Amino acid sequence: MRMESIIFQTIARQGLYVIMVFSFFLLGRGHNEPGGGFIGGLMTAAAIVIQYLAFDLEMVKKALPFDGKKLVALGLLFAVGTGLGTMLAYGIFMDHSFTHIILPFFGKVELTTAFLFDVGVYLVVVGGTVTIITAVGEEEPWNS
Amino acid sequence: MLLLAILLPFLAVFILPILAPILQRKLGWAIAVVPLFLFFYFASFLPQVAGGVPVIIDYQWVPQMGINFSIYLDGLALLFALVITGLGFFIVAYSVSYLGKEENLSNFYTFILLFMGSMLGVVTTGNLLVLYIFWELTSVSSFLLIGFWFHKEESRYGALKSMLITVFGGLAMLAGFIFIYLITGSFDLREILAQGGQLTGHVYYLPALILVLLGAFTKSAQFPFHIWLPNAMEAPTPVSAYLHSATMVKAGLYLLARMTPTLGGTPEWFSIVSGVGLVTLCYGSFMAVRQTDLKALLAFSTISQLGLITALFGFSTKLAMVAAVFHILNHATFKGALFMVVGIVDHETGTRDIRQLRGLGQYMPVTALVIGITAFSMAGIPLLSGFVSKEMFFAASLALPGVGIAQWLFPTMAVLGSIFTFLYSMMLVFNVFGGKPKANTNIIQPQGDHYGMLWPPIILATINIVIGIFPAVVQDLLVLPAAIGGYGEAISERLILWHGLGMPLLMSGIVIGVGYLLFMKQKSVIALVEGVQNHRFNLNVLYDRSLEWLNDSATWLTAKQMTGFLRDYMVFVMLWFILSVGGTLLYKGGLNLTTLDLSPVGPYELILALVLIAAAFGVALLPTRLAAILSLSSAGAVMFLFWINLRAPDLALTQLIVETVSTVLFLLAFAHLPELTKEIIPKSQKLINMAVAGASGLLITLLLISGNASRYYEPIADYYLQQSLPLGGGHNVVNVVLVDFRGFDTMGEITVIAIASLAVFALIKLRPGKRGSAK
Repeated sequence: MRMESIIFQTIARQGLYVIMVFSFFLLGRGHNEPGGGFIGGLMTAAAIVIQYLAFDLEMVKKALPFDGKKLVALGLLFAVGTGLGTMLAYGIFMDHSFTHIILPFFGKVELTTAFLFDVGVYLVVVGGTVTIITAVGEEEPWNS
Repeated sequence: MLLLAILLPFLAVFILPILAPILQRKLGWAIAVVPLFLFFYFASFLPQVAGGVPVIIDYQWVPQMGINFSIYLDGLALLFALVITGLGFFIVAYSVSYLGKEENLSNFYTFILLFMGSMLGVVTTGNLLVLYIFWELTSVSSFLLIGFWFHKEESRYGALKSMLITVFGGLAMLAGFIFIYLITGSFDLREILAQGGQLTGHVYYLPALILVLLGAFTKSAQFPFHIWLPNAMEAPTPVSAYLHSATMVKAGLYLLARMTPTLGGTPEWFSIVSGVGLVTLCYGSFMAVRQTDLKALLAFSTISQLGLITALFGFSTKLAMVAAVFHILNHATFKGALFMVVGIVDHETGTRDIRQLRGLGQYMPVTALVIGITAFSMAGIPLLSGFVSKEMFFAASLALPGVGIAQWLFPTMAVLGSIFTFLYSMMLVFNVFGGKPKANTNIIQPQGDHYGMLWPPIILATINIVIGIFPAVVQDLLVLPAAIGGYGEAISERLILWHGLGMPLLMSGIVIGVGYLLFMKQKSVIALVEGVQNHRFNLNVLYDRSLEWLNDSATWLTAKQMTGFLRDYMVFVMLWFILSVGGTLLYKGGLNLTTLDLSPVGPYELILALVLIAAAFGVALLPTRLAAILSLSSAGAVMFLFWINLRAPDLALTQLIVETVSTVLFLLAFAHLPELTKEIIPKSQKLINMAVAGASGLLITLLLISGNASRYYEPIADYYLQQSLPLGGGHNVVNVVLVDFRGFDTMGEITVIAIASLAVFALIKLRPGKRGSAK
């Protein structure tokens, strides 16, 4: 599935950073603007897919040495942990709360427990996609 | 704080991966801190609970369904909690010396902690459904522990057997709890206990009783459900000492104690529970005599002793309740020690075969003393704790309510079971540790007493002696409050060593006398037992055959249905969908083809719809696979444009990226598939496919139109639009709904994504006959 195109490889290499930043941006703004955990996660997954299309799987694995399965578990931990955390604090599972704090440069910033949950969603989506892509991608094609 | 204590074992699991590489073989010492701390923490509640004031704390969980995480810590719960944590400490400490360095210690202690937490949950919870959840968690952790050496076939078999039987009982128990809910209207233990004995007259009483008893009998290995316990001995010895002698199997007994005020006191309870208990007592001790594996002997001994306690719960008198609770405590101490000593023998000599072991007392005198004390306690020799509780057992069997055959049959069975208990206890001590070592065996010579493994059993044996001579030590703080907690009324029995010359003492005397005679003639007795066993119906064979039959039937049914073609499966699924959903729609008259509140349809929408239809047809009709995939992709892209048109940016973004990523995945997998060839499908098949496809399309259309037209309630969208900023703190309603209002659903969805990705990984990496290896 690899395309030996210098143009594509260059764009992929530079684009990775741009797309990653954009996906974090989408993750963070989800609560008030279009975005959120699923979309951010899929963006990151798309970035990784582009790497995989441009380069060899071995190179991608060396550059991004994380295990998709562990990400998935970590994401679920975040999500369930948010729920348990609020249960220990307030007595109800997943009773989200939010406050606003004033930061010097950014002004009024919102902090929510829902963001932690969204991070969990993000990690699961990224981890799940990476797992599937590497699992399928590592196999030899049928007729080779 | 109490909640945190109960959940502490579960939380401790999280630091295990951090500690394991640092501490390695010493990991057990760090883990042992957990039960030790919990033991003293629970002990701090003794004065309050013994004074008759149980600790009750409620946490709301799902109040609409009556599921609350309530804690109900009375004498009974506290006794169990102390046994679980106290013995847990000893077991973990013992395991440090017992387990070799090649074992997967972090897994082992994770499972042990999981079990400890679940068992604590079972005994401290005040809500029946939460009890069920923890009950099943103990089954799961027991499964993991029995199958710890999963490369051994026997371990896998034993783990599966224990799980199938106990989970079957657990489901029955859940059904029984639901019956109790239907009678009393509550899952809350306090409310159910407050209703006292009023349940027993209800028409649902008998089903509730039988189902709950099924749960208790399967978990506590009562006849005929005992068959899993001997196979569970495949687990490492610390596991056998902890779960399968002292704690997990006692969960069923806990259930019996808890349900006594509610379900007990009736003739049905009396006959079923006492009957099963006494039969198990005799059967277990009978079978134990002929066992050649020391652990198997102890397994049948456990089955028999659990039968004794079950019988006591069946008797339903105050004396019997005290005796039962007292024996739970005593049995935990002596059985735990016995298993640990057998583990020492196995560890030192390399074998557990009673025929090969002899004269070990010469090499391990202190060990011999320890096993002597604890085995004698089990056998009911005076001045040991087992004697006191056994005397009370005999006394309780004589003081039965009512008249009838039970008056003389039950004491007789009690004596009979105890005689054989005495016999195998003597065999355990004197055949293994007495006499002279055999010359022509190839067992390893022990190097002397191994104190690293021996100190926990020494402490437990000492407890046996102390309680045996001064039983009143545990009376007011432990045993009586537990009995009162179980029975529901005040009890004023006293635990004393000498009750005077009476029937119970005579019965004990008969046991010791006849037992000694049989011990002298043990070979004939063993031959007798073997002879009987070969003639009777073998339950293990029944279990194996049932599983085989189940597998064969399932294979037959699957073969009939699974033709191997995805297309056929689609037809089955679609057909069922059309029939069930469409049928309901027509049957309930839900078909409503009026149109309300439709968005205007302009040229853009029309063009997009036409392109969508063309793409759909393209998927079915295009000749090459690549073209078909791209056509599917373009259908998704059209959806993306629709979302933009309808001003839904979140959905549009998600659709676009999902479409892109899944197309890439498709094309990746595309490299692994053979070329599309033209298939020859019979005309009738084609017509069926077209009909099913057309019908499902029509059904969906009708559903959507009817759904839109049927306005039974206010649309919830208004609520979300109004409340998302004040309640959720966010302007993006879609996101707030996802993570906050419906956060629980999202948690379920990401769990599904997680499982799906793991399944893809497993299906690809672990398929048979592939090149490469899974990592």
